[in-house]
Amino acid sequence: MIRSLLDRSRFASWLHGLSPPERGTVVLGHRRVYIVPTRLGWMYGAALLTLLVGSINYAISLGFALTFLLAGVGLAAMVQTARNLARMSVSVGRAEPVYAGEAAQFRVYLDGGVGIERPAILLRHLASGAQMVADVPPDTVAEVVLAVPTARRGWLPLGRVMLETRFPLGLFRAWSYVEPDARCLIYPRPERSTMPPASAGSSAGATRAQAQGSDDFAGLRGYQLSDSPRHVAWKAVARSDDMLTKQFSGDVAAELWLDWQLLPATAGLEQRLSRLAGWVLAADRAGARYGMRLPGVTLALQRGDAHRAACLQALALYEAP
Amino acid sequence: MSAIPHPLAPEMRAVTGRDLAGLMLSLVIVVAPHAARAPWWVTALVLALYAWRALLARLGGPLPSRWALLAIAAAAMAGIWVQYHTLFGRVPGIVLLMLFSGLKLLEMRTHRDATVIALLCFFLIITNFFFTQSIPTALAMFAALLAIVATMVGFNAPQRAVRANLRTGAVLLAQAVPAALALFLLFPRVQGPLWGLPQDAYAGVTGLSESMSPGALAHVALSDSVAFRAEFRGESPPQRLRYWRGPVLWDFDGRTWRMGASVIAPFKPPAGGTARYRYEVVLEPHERDWLFALESAASLPDGARFTSDGQIVAPRPVRSRIRYRLTSVTDAAPDSRADTAELRRALRLPRGFDPRATALAQQWRRESGSDAQVLARAIAWLRASGIAYTLEPPALGRDSIDEFLFETKAGFCEHFSSAFVFLMRAAGVPARVVTGYQGGDLNPVDHVITVRQSDAHAWAEVYLQDQGWLRVDPTAAAVPGRIESELVRGSAPGVAVPLLMRPDMKWLRALRYDWEALAHKWNVWVLSYDPQRQRDLMSFVGIPDADWRNLTVALFTILGALMLGLVAWSLRGLSARDPVQRAWQGFCRKLRASGLERAPGEGPRDFSERAARSLPRARATIHRIGELYLALRYGADAPPAEVHELRRLVRELHLT
Repeated sequence: MIRSLLDRSRFASWLHGLSPPERGTVVLGHRRVYIVPTRLGWMYGAALLTLLVGSINYAISLGFALTFLLAGVGLAAMVQTARNLARMSVSVGRAEPVYAGEAAQFRVYLDGGVGIERPAILLRHLASGAQMVADVPPDTVAEVVLAVPTARRGWLPLGRVMLETRFPLGLFRAWSYVEPDARCLIYPRPERSTMPPASAGSSAGATRAQAQGSDDFAGLRGYQLSDSPRHVAWKAVARSDDMLTKQFSGDVAAELWLDWQLLPATAGLEQRLSRLAGWVLAADRAGARYGMRLPGVTLALQRGDAHRAACLQALALYEAP
Repeated sequence: MSAIPHPLAPEMRAVTGRDLAGLMLSLVIVVAPHAARAPWWVTALVLALYAWRALLARLGGPLPSRWALLAIAAAAMAGIWVQYHTLFGRVPGIVLLMLFSGLKLLEMRTHRDATVIALLCFFLIITNFFFTQSIPTALAMFAALLAIVATMVGFNAPQRAVRANLRTGAVLLAQAVPAALALFLLFPRVQGPLWGLPQDAYAGVTGLSESMSPGALAHVALSDSVAFRAEFRGESPPQRLRYWRGPVLWDFDGRTWRMGASVIAPFKPPAGGTARYRYEVVLEPHERDWLFALESAASLPDGARFTSDGQIVAPRPVRSRIRYRLTSVTDAAPDSRADTAELRRALRLPRGFDPRATALAQQWRRESGSDAQVLARAIAWLRASGIAYTLEPPALGRDSIDEFLFETKAGFCEHFSSAFVFLMRAAGVPARVVTGYQGGDLNPVDHVITVRQSDAHAWAEVYLQDQGWLRVDPTAAAVPGRIESELVRGSAPGVAVPLLMRPDMKWLRALRYDWEALAHKWNVWVLSYDPQRQRDLMSFVGIPDADWRNLTVALFTILGALMLGLVAWSLRGLSARDPVQRAWQGFCRKLRASGLERAPGEGPRDFSERAARSLPRARATIHRIGELYLALRYGADAPPAEVHELRRLVRELHLT
């Protein structure tokens, strides 16, 4: 009985880190907001004690008044610091997939409530140390982007996030932990590559190897890690902050199969997946219709963003670690 | 915690120009009153340090090196040492605080340093209260406090507008007031001091002293400062009877009257008398142990003692404002106690001084049959003498009394009382000089009598056989207007009278009365709140004989209740529940109002479909609400736009 109570208590789950991620919107109940004085808070307390002793020693009435007013300010600041976090709604939006090595952009939404302003809230991703300070204006939902570095493909759960504030006076530090049920899909780090080699005797090879080389400029799109620097639209980059890549339209009729079997048998799993990811990007860039074959997984010939995403997801989750 | 730099840690945050401006404003307010008290070079140096920092902030130069600051600090400390021969004590301590504020500003880089300066400001505020605790000072320091707190808020919310931070500061101070009040009233007060105080710890003033040398001072300052205030219960005595007894001077050396040794005696209330007054005195600190009482005191304040010559003395020098209760009878029979040693002392005169006055007195003695007749002759002579009252009398030489009586014929109460007692003693009538205050200003607003240093007075007491010590005011005898007049005393032409005391400005006088009444309330309720008052308050609320334990319990009970109230107030309007859940419950409530109850076990989907069927007019909205709720409740993420839409739809859903 006691054991089950302990298990159920938030403290225990916080202590052991066993609580499951929370779905949807998390409201920071006041029981999960912790508060302690900061070093400045202790300094403030020591100063008040000195003022008190001085007031007693010299029998200064207004000295008492000052000391006690400051003590009241300290108490009020404590309540306000806790309130700055308490009952705030925290939710996390969908994070766009990224390639391993890039930072996953988790969008955290902070909703202060009606008419409540919550300045200077720090969000820190505990596992990576990614952090951000935001002000939540009244009646508004603030969006904070936590850029969490990634290393491996697969699903990256957001994990535990600490929210902290020291507003208004910096004398107290209130914090709380949330573990929203949010995750980001991490694609394998794409290897920069050309088209897969056309292998003789295999219908799965590239039917048209020259797909990438077409000269017809088709437009610009966002830069991806796998893009060749030669194709970066440097002039456009100079005009704006975004990296853009020039896209050339190849033969629309190009069709190819990206096949696991085409990869050298000596390569490791991750290396193969990286190579395949590079092929997917190259094929997509070339505007080709392509399919993908992995052991046990086959994606039919297709083209377009959705297809690319499906292929990359299959690669990300293939025998996911 | 970790090696990652913490963006909220004060040592990680650089001070902005705005923070600096807030700190400098606070510093200027708290240092300004000290500027006149510190040596001029310190004030100039501190202002220069402030200006230097402001200039660096404006021009963007680097802060001076630590060595440069150390050199300035060492030089300034040497200067202080030369000036005061110590670094401790009150004024040197304040001067050091001022210097540190300037030096710290010049090495302030992060919010940690800035907070140290904010704390320094608190100490500069309290040092102001060493000198004055008046209402204007309190208001100025409160303004400084608001500036400091708002600036500290700015450290922690750098993106916020100054006005918003100022508002937060004001809210913090307002929320602090109830707790501060509880602490002020109930924090167990200890009678200080806890340890020895610096020599210059107090700066009380008094218009009276242990000695009196008529003619030594050619000019007496008409000080407007308050000696004490007396609040009478019921009637207050008329002006001419307001003799506030202070030290009695016995010993004369030809030039100076001195108190000499006084003997503690058991207190005996005076006999007879019907004009009985009960009152409370709020005495300003004056560094002596004298307590002033309307003649003749019929009771003693708690802890006070009584001397054989009718003085009331406190157990220790009055170093902070104190209050005491008294009863006096103005028409009591004179004090008839006198032992022979005392009477001998009251006849003693130095040899070889003032031959003319001595001769005059001896002539009265020869021509009179009794002491009472000598007294009558003396008063009659004074009346006819044509001696003028002035606060700017000419200086007197060796035979000061002869010169005053026969040559200069001008003086104030000290001259009159000194000469009169001399004459009495020379004629063989025991006499002594009594100093104290005469009169005082009755405030028509709150009926409090304010007695100022300018009301300091000296009169005489003569001992008559069968009667005892009789009060004689030679000044009043010679210059009747001096005592009877409600107007400013000593308004001889050419004497500068403080503006607010001038009789010719009626409205200013009225204003002054209001102000005085307020100041008195302030003194009584704020400044002289002490252990005694604390016990009075506790017995008023029904806890007699409260000790520190009762007080502590009461204090923590009230503080706890206040904190709970503050927490509840600050969380008002904030629900602990998920906004999605809250919206859904609002939706269910609205449906229930139109007769649709959710069945036990009925899922949200079924329920909203059933509702949509039975309320066809609102079908689309109900559908959308159900859809949104399901998506938000069971989906992985909760886009705020959809949460807002759900809340809006539920709010705007009208079913009737």
